[in-house]
Amino acid sequence: MKKELKFKVNGEDYDLWVEPKTLLVQVLRDELGLKGTKWACDSGACCACTVMVDGRAVKSCSILALQVNGKEVMTVEGLANGPELHPLQQAFIDNWAFQCGFCTSGQLMAAKALLDENPDPTIDEIKIAMDGHLCRCTGYNMISEAIQDAAKRLQAQKQQEGGK
Amino acid sequence: MSEYSVIGKPIKNVDGVAKVTGEAVYAFDMTLPNMLYGKLLRSPHPHAKIISIDTTEAQKLPGVKAIITGKDTPGGKWGLWRRYPELCDQTALATEKVRYIGEPVAAVAATSIDIAERALDLIQVEYEPLPAVFDPLEAIKDDAPLVHEDFENNINATRHIEWGNVDEAFKAADYIREDRFTLSSQHHAPMEVHNALASYDKGTGRLTVWASTQSPYFLQLGLADALKMREGDIRVIKPHVGGGFGGKNSTMPESVNAALLSKKTGRPVKIVYNREEEFIATEHRTAMNLAIKIGLKKDGTILAKEVKIITDGGAYTGLGATTLYLAGTFITFPYKTPNYRYDGFRTYTNTMWSSSMRGFGAVSTVYAAETQLDRAAHDLGIDPLEIRRRNAMTPGYEAPGQYKVESCGILECIDKMKERVKEKWPKLEKDEGIGFATFAYMSGGIFNWIDTPYAFSGAMVKVNIDGTVDLFTQASDIGQGSNTVAAMICAEVLGIDVEDIRLHLGDTAITLTDLGAWGSRETLMNGNAIKAAAEEVKKKLISVARMKLGENIVYDLVVKNKRIYLELRPERGFSYYDIVRDAIKENDGEPLIGIGHYTPHNKGMISPAYGMGIQAVRAKVDRETGHIELRDVIVVHDCGQTINPLGARGQVEGSTQMGLGFGLCEEILMDNGLIINPSFVDYKLIRFRDMPPIELIDVPTYDPEGPFGAKEAAEATASPGAAALANAVYHAVGAEFDTNVLRPEKVLKAIREKEKKDRAGK
Repeated sequence: MKKELKFKVNGEDYDLWVEPKTLLVQVLRDELGLKGTKWACDSGACCACTVMVDGRAVKSCSILALQVNGKEVMTVEGLANGPELHPLQQAFIDNWAFQCGFCTSGQLMAAKALLDENPDPTIDEIKIAMDGHLCRCTGYNMISEAIQDAAKRLQAQKQQEGGK
Repeated sequence: MSEYSVIGKPIKNVDGVAKVTGEAVYAFDMTLPNMLYGKLLRSPHPHAKIISIDTTEAQKLPGVKAIITGKDTPGGKWGLWRRYPELCDQTALATEKVRYIGEPVAAVAATSIDIAERALDLIQVEYEPLPAVFDPLEAIKDDAPLVHEDFENNINATRHIEWGNVDEAFKAADYIREDRFTLSSQHHAPMEVHNALASYDKGTGRLTVWASTQSPYFLQLGLADALKMREGDIRVIKPHVGGGFGGKNSTMPESVNAALLSKKTGRPVKIVYNREEEFIATEHRTAMNLAIKIGLKKDGTILAKEVKIITDGGAYTGLGATTLYLAGTFITFPYKTPNYRYDGFRTYTNTMWSSSMRGFGAVSTVYAAETQLDRAAHDLGIDPLEIRRRNAMTPGYEAPGQYKVESCGILECIDKMKERVKEKWPKLEKDEGIGFATFAYMSGGIFNWIDTPYAFSGAMVKVNIDGTVDLFTQASDIGQGSNTVAAMICAEVLGIDVEDIRLHLGDTAITLTDLGAWGSRETLMNGNAIKAAAEEVKKKLISVARMKLGENIVYDLVVKNKRIYLELRPERGFSYYDIVRDAIKENDGEPLIGIGHYTPHNKGMISPAYGMGIQAVRAKVDRETGHIELRDVIVVHDCGQTINPLGARGQVEGSTQMGLGFGLCEEILMDNGLIINPSFVDYKLIRFRDMPPIELIDVPTYDPEGPFGAKEAAEATASPGAAALANAVYHAVGAEFDTNVLRPEKVLKAIREKEKKDRAGK
């Protein structure tokens, strides 16, 4: 029997009825049409489906949709501020931190959760935080560099805002 | 150094914004109104006769719209080796017998994936199991069960290569050694699984397929053969692709069955593999047994090489027959080999078949040749870099009847490596070692097994009245960045910005044929086609500008920075935009288009140009646990003129990751034909924390055949990782290996053997 799911996605309120067995990734992709979140392994082992739930990185293939009832979800579609890319997105582009791009949404969301918590991570801290994220195209190094680059940009942004 | 405006500059990925915002659409993301979901029923037996298939119960399940078995298909056989009908051995669904665990026997279309999966459970298949064969060395024996009845001793393909006088040369050698290797398979493991969406239009009898493919053209041909339709009635569209690495060249059952189910139901049908299906029922790297004999002079000069390879082909052909040829070729690179003999055999076995994977043919053979060379160097008391230096190919080197290497920077690469290693790693810790391996690969293959009558690459450039450009080509960007390279080449010729170009790619109905992304071919082959198309337009623009200037015909004009001007008097010229407008208006509105194409000619049997270089791996071995820690990597490569240094670095990083995976952790484990680790939990890829930093040093050369002198940069660097790693372990603790995937238990065993040998020697 379907149950009511009330939650926020990228700042917008949703009120849906879903089967209890439905996964969060299925609601995001199939019900809301947010296909930026990918699904790649069926075993919770690749992190391509990572989104943020109440500020924490969560694998959307490993959580039931009803478990986010009353919570706030952020997907890759919510990362940019209108036409203005998030510094992480810009840093990923500038550092060639993706190739096929299929794991990129998950990488970006995990990187956002990391930088929210640790605004100035070392390369080793980045590697530890991102370790579950499989990427078959890159050698990971350019992703780590992009995340560090984004951290610098965010800090500079903050300083500028603080100076105003 | 270069006078180029765009070429050689770090240009950001033209698909960048789409890929970081989640807007990039992959076949995986696509749906159509009224779409059905397809699923395939797969064989649990490696080899069995199909006695009967009963779909009655499954048909009754509400939501099931169609079920097909082998007898409902048109029976078309297909394969990439289209010139040779006997090697077109794939079918949509097995009819008489199944040949590997996972082979599809029935397909279902239903209103949801859940219903389709439940329907699979209700289909009753009666099998009569047959004796099966899994080991290629068993498969060639006279009493082995036959996978395909028409192929004696299960020999699917053979290849002989020979030049010089091998037997005489071995007699003259001061030092001879023979080594045997067993090289395992590896899975492409692209993040986007195989999937296809097919829509058949009953009114016109035409089919459109959106698929995760490396070559829309190969898929179009495969579908035409499988469905017995005209090529022109099939349109294949390649949206963004989530990785291929050689695993998405073949037409696979998902696209054929989606098409058949769409034709039957009159509704669009989509089939998406899950990750387990991706592991058990899609192609993988060719495993091989290899014997290599080398004869050297005392000073380390190679006199002769003799190589025998038996590959594990699996149940069907794929690109495995090409792997066999490339293995026999690239085991000689990048060294002068005056006398050479190769015999290769590809066997059929009752396993999912092997095919092309990044650096195919080269990855396994480089492992064998480069670890052997280190042992030879050790025995002869020659430094590993010095022995490579002494044998390095030089520009213009030719292997009689096989290949000619025009641009060739391998010597400079080795010298740069020597310098850099000395500087960067002056001292090693205990049980730490440095291993080297050279590498080389083709910039597209000169092969036409697909039997295309078209040029290997075609492109069309259309200039609009406002100076913007639409570029049409079938080149396949599967993540490697060829879209950016395509736009860069076009922009350079026309003197405009990458942002002025809109790309129309990977659609067989609206773009000119290109064979797709395999064998590192897009930069050189498609690049040449784009360059030719843009140059045709450029010629038209120059002729309009020349008329307007009324200058002496001998004066040269330049198209650059959105201007067209006299080379010697740059102030005399016009804006690009004005000339475009005049060219269209003054010619009765005739469209301003250029068409270009490229097919290699007189470039030998393999490739028009070769990328190459050398890699060093620094690693530390734990003698107690056998664990290897990857510490640092240096790559020195020659890819001709680099088109996009950002993308080239991405390619080197990614292929190094894959090469190290082949040496360290990636292994398909099989038990009687059953793959027992079909998930990312059990099949180990290199991860963030495993990956060492990589320093990339570029040795620029200019290849006369490449666009702006460019060669490949995507695949060669997949080869050296495993070999360099094994050599690092050899130099750290003296352990020798006759196989890849250096798991701790293997390393421990090899250390023990070495200790035993040392004790015996005392």
